[in-house]
Amino acid sequence: MKRSGWFNITSLVFGFSFLYLPILLLVIFSFNESRLVTVWGGFSTKWYREMWQNQGLIDAAWVTLRVGLLSATIATVLGTMAALALSRHKRFAGRTLFSGMIYAPLVMPEVITGLSLLLLFVAIDFARGFWAVTLAHITFTMCFVAVVVQSRLVTFDRSLEEAASDLGCPPARTFFLITLPVIAPAIIAGWMLAFTLSLDDLVIASFTSGPGATTLPMKIYSQVRLGVTPEINAVCSILLALVTTGVLIASYITRTEQRRDQTTN
Amino acid sequence: MAKTLGPVRNEFSPWTDSDAVPFISFQNVTKRFGDFTAVDDLSLDIYEREFFALLGPSGCGKTTMMRMLAGFDAPTSGSVSLDGTDLTGTPPYRRPVNMMFQSYALFPHMSVEQNIAFGLKQERVPNAEVKARVEEMLSLVKLEAFARRKPHQLSGGQRQRVALARSLAKRPKVLLLDEPLGALDKKLREETQFELMDLQERLGTTFMIVTHDQEEAMTVANRIAVMDKGRIVQIATPAEIYEQPSSRYIADFIGDINLMEGRLTAFSEAGATMQCAGMGPKPEQTLTVQIECDTTGTLSPGDAGWFAMRPEKVRLSQEVPDGIDPANPVNAVEGTIYDIAYLGNVSVYHVKINDGFIIRATQTNATRLVERPLSWEDKVWLYWGADAGILLAS
Repeated sequence: MKRSGWFNITSLVFGFSFLYLPILLLVIFSFNESRLVTVWGGFSTKWYREMWQNQGLIDAAWVTLRVGLLSATIATVLGTMAALALSRHKRFAGRTLFSGMIYAPLVMPEVITGLSLLLLFVAIDFARGFWAVTLAHITFTMCFVAVVVQSRLVTFDRSLEEAASDLGCPPARTFFLITLPVIAPAIIAGWMLAFTLSLDDLVIASFTSGPGATTLPMKIYSQVRLGVTPEINAVCSILLALVTTGVLIASYITRTEQRRDQTTN
Repeated sequence: MAKTLGPVRNEFSPWTDSDAVPFISFQNVTKRFGDFTAVDDLSLDIYEREFFALLGPSGCGKTTMMRMLAGFDAPTSGSVSLDGTDLTGTPPYRRPVNMMFQSYALFPHMSVEQNIAFGLKQERVPNAEVKARVEEMLSLVKLEAFARRKPHQLSGGQRQRVALARSLAKRPKVLLLDEPLGALDKKLREETQFELMDLQERLGTTFMIVTHDQEEAMTVANRIAVMDKGRIVQIATPAEIYEQPSSRYIADFIGDINLMEGRLTAFSEAGATMQCAGMGPKPEQTLTVQIECDTTGTLSPGDAGWFAMRPEKVRLSQEVPDGIDPANPVNAVEGTIYDIAYLGNVSVYHVKINDGFIIRATQTNATRLVERPLSWEDKVWLYWGADAGILLAS
């Protein structure tokens, strides 16, 4: 190809190295035989085995998983409802305010979200811990779900619902038989996004967590302060694989759905 | 033998029978969206087994009429009844009416058979019967081989058939068709129009079609209602709409027409005589037009009127036509060919009369080779019979 001259190739190599070299190093060093993080001592998977012996890490991973599953599911339900309300009811009091407010958390600094949630929990005397983290994660992932689902609803052909109604299907059943299946890919993509966001959140979890509810990112962060171990590299590699899979699945679903849309319309 | 306006099909004309009971009845229906009046105090009767077309430009209220019958929109005032039952307050999912949507609205996550079965399943029809009915519908639209396909694996024409099969599966009392062929290309559209007609005749279902395509309306429908700004301008058979338009709006909206303004001078048994200024053999002379028409109309001598004549009813000649006095012609005028549109099957000649008025005349190109072809700037005579045009008061 003539168009990819040396300049393009160089900038591509530099760009991608800048983005992915640190991550690549992390994955490579997770297979390091040596205890010293920066010295290569040969290939080994022993840190992956060792990791399972570290009860603290396993507990933290378990907490993270539970928080992620629970918060992503609730955030998906709430986010989908918000998206439906925003795209269906073009005129209701405070619509502009509501739609603005649903997008705000996307750009809100996490420190502020975390701090304000902490203040809230203290004010209402809500015990910081597993439930507080879960609630906080629902709060900040819900808007991502709403955005993903809403973008799908923009292209949703309302005559599908009218057709169902015309064929004798009452509104509630139409929602479950027609609307939900058609927007399901966007909802699943939203769930994936919410789950991965919850999985790798450190800041908000630090503010709202309490004893016995340490999440994996928090655990990793505190261990790294005592020195990086190859064990941590192994945990991070697994986390990385999980998040990557989630994002890939989400984007794959959205892509196939778009293709289907293009051919039907 | 009495002359008629075009072909008469199976002598089906319940609208001329004063004892016939309307099947669908819109009574003084008004629909407003905010400040906009989509349908304005409109009454309309449609009879059983009729293929009825609502024709008009976009925004004329035709789709709103259909949506009020389907139940998606409620009239602001007035009522809609079907088969003697007032439909006011009945939600769409309880009306014995099915609609084929312009976008087809096929359920993308369901196969062709599931789409067709959807309406029957809502009625809790036993499975065996659903299966039989789906097969019947598939063979009706010749899609047996595609039963398990998803909508996105079908062509546009096939999707249109699935939509049709789905809307017919419940054997509705009325089938509503909202611009059903708009997304198809011309050839396929014409084919499908004939299929729709055959289907309607075979099933005996009342069909109501909404379209902005006049050829489509004229091909398929028994009767056409031409709508404009929320009102019906004329309801009549296709031939009546074309040959006997009730106003200049209709005459101009349907097909092509020459409209000449003139003053009425005499009425007789045979019809009316009109003088059109500036169109005689000399610019200062008037053109005499004799029109065979019912003289009991709203016009009387001295009134202004319009002579409306379709281009294909004007004849062209390079010599003075037989029986025409060049000094004082009746139903004939000399002009110069100003423009020619060659369309293959026909040619449209734009003939300029002395003061600049243009009369269009369509000639069939009946032979491939022409001995003395008409060309630009040629002098020609235009002439027509007394029954070629009609007299319009408004």
